[in-house]
Amino acid sequence: MLVVEDLAVELGDRLLLKHIDLEIPPGETHILFGPNGSGKTSLLMTIMGYPQYKVVGGKITFKGVDITRASIDERARLGIGMSFQRPPTIHGLKTRQMISLCAGGDQPDLEEMAERVNFAAFLDRDVNAGLSGGEIKRSELLQLMAQKPDLLLFDEPESGVDMENIALVGHTIAELLQKDGDLALPGAKTIRQSRKARTKMGLIITHTGYILDYLEADKGYVLYDGVLSCGNNPREILHCVGQYGYEECVRCTLENN
Amino acid sequence: MHPREQLREKALAAAAKAAAIGEDIDLSQYQRTAPPQSPMAEADLCSLPQADLDRLLLGGVDVKSQERGGTYIMKDTSVLHCSSKQEGVEVLPIRQALEHHPWIWDYYWKAVAVDADKYTASVELDLHDGYVIRALPGSKTIFPIQACLYMDQDKLQQNVHNIIIAEEGSELHIISGCVTSEHMRSGVHAGVSEFYVKKGAKLSFTMIHNWAEEMKVRPRSAAIIEEDGLFLSNYICMKPVRSLQMYPTATLAGPGAVARFYSIMVGTPITDIDAGSRVILNHPHCRAEIVSRAITGGGKIMARGHLVGNAPDIKAHLECRGLILGGGAMLAVPQLDGFVDGVEMSHEAAVGKIAQEEILYLQSRGLTEDEATATIVRGFLSVDIPGLPPQLQAEIDRAVQATNEESM
Repeated sequence: MLVVEDLAVELGDRLLLKHIDLEIPPGETHILFGPNGSGKTSLLMTIMGYPQYKVVGGKITFKGVDITRASIDERARLGIGMSFQRPPTIHGLKTRQMISLCAGGDQPDLEEMAERVNFAAFLDRDVNAGLSGGEIKRSELLQLMAQKPDLLLFDEPESGVDMENIALVGHTIAELLQKDGDLALPGAKTIRQSRKARTKMGLIITHTGYILDYLEADKGYVLYDGVLSCGNNPREILHCVGQYGYEECVRCTLENN
Repeated sequence: MHPREQLREKALAAAAKAAAIGEDIDLSQYQRTAPPQSPMAEADLCSLPQADLDRLLLGGVDVKSQERGGTYIMKDTSVLHCSSKQEGVEVLPIRQALEHHPWIWDYYWKAVAVDADKYTASVELDLHDGYVIRALPGSKTIFPIQACLYMDQDKLQQNVHNIIIAEEGSELHIISGCVTSEHMRSGVHAGVSEFYVKKGAKLSFTMIHNWAEEMKVRPRSAAIIEEDGLFLSNYICMKPVRSLQMYPTATLAGPGAVARFYSIMVGTPITDIDAGSRVILNHPHCRAEIVSRAITGGGKIMARGHLVGNAPDIKAHLECRGLILGGGAMLAVPQLDGFVDGVEMSHEAAVGKIAQEEILYLQSRGLTEDEATATIVRGFLSVDIPGLPPQLQAEIDRAVQATNEESM
């Protein structure tokens, strides 16, 4: 379970996030909507532990551990992983080595794993060197497949991905989050049991909502000007934003409060 | 007058001449003699003390390996072993060549000037020995030839002169290690190397330096590459050295000739390195590439590079990257000189630190900050060198790896 309570975050001297409350129980995937610059990426980076995002109020708890002040690698080892929007290039480090580092102790079959996200041809390239937007997304997915985190943070996983690969990316994310419709999880006999057997948690930023075609998300939020609102059905939010815009969405929330 | 006497006269005149750049070493502080060593058969090399064998290995010289085409080992002032297992490749001590092979005079001091400075002069006046490696026309080496200049006696000035010739259409690969023994602290190494790459030949020369902390080193190298020839020079210096100054120069003396220099250097707090590479492109369709990667952890590293374009339709690139990790100074001095229409030369120089963003990214995959830093540094130093045989790339990777494990 991820619990974010009354979180306030500063970047530089600017207050980016205010009074954020969020709970993701095991097995659930939540969706984060919001206009550009509303603080979505900042929220993910704060949960991941990027030090430039300074927590000035509230706390973050993961698996019962207060991680508000934990370093990035401590969080990673506790089971948090992130797919970045614009990860840096690392010269001299082959993607193959990177995947191996992500996997840690038990080494997977790299070639087979890369084949699954159509990335085998890039294994001997330096990490992220000269990759297109869509290729970066698949590289990030591959790293998460090896890392096997319990909480997966996705920053716009479908942006820049071409039509041919969008289904591949969507299905892979669903699989990573145990939302791929494969109800025959090990040991589960009924659908109900299978739902309960899900342990992975997800938080996904999306503008287009394409990802919703591939997985059933449990909850959606709108982040607007650093404030999190609405805890509704994600498809409904997407529909509402598409029709009335974010402002209307937020006004509706304020009225409800 | 015999050519040797003429050279001697010139050398005498330059005996006190300071080098154009670098600290001026007082050579009178060092001895130029050491007890002679008796030559050893190849089989006996394996029985050298394990400590010595380990040191040789650090310089890429493996006396037990079957994957070497020939071996030259010089200890202090004399030759310990010299042999070739490879048909078409001659390996012989230079003193022997000077005595018995008149052809050597076509090459001896023909690429490097004997009176360039006091170090070249000293090598001529008190020559200890050195190797001559020659690949006969059309011969192709399967395994690299290994050479080691080993220093054991403290306060010694070792004077070495090497000549490497790749005859027309031949292919020759050399790994040359310069190593000091475990207990040695200070000394001077003056080494002249002259490379001749004939028409259509290919020569790769990989030099690994493993010096003692108070060593002062003055390599003096030059290469002449003829039409369609390729000269590939790799230099690795990752262990502490007090003072190193060199500026090897390749002259592309025929159309289509190519020179590539790759250097990897790591400086510790006591280090003062001034190392560059220069390529002079004299004919159309010549190409050159100079790549250097340097890290200082407290010492000073000056990375120079110089490309001279004297003919149209040449292409050359210079890339100098340095990291400062924990103090020290890193200076990058790239220079491009174009003298005619139609040259195409570029350079790229960067001095900086490890990007925080990269460390954090690796941390998000579960690496600690230290592990992430070491991984990025290893990546920074790993350079893919096209055209290098796998055994030599493996030696380079091993040298980089060993240093990483020690220092990180």
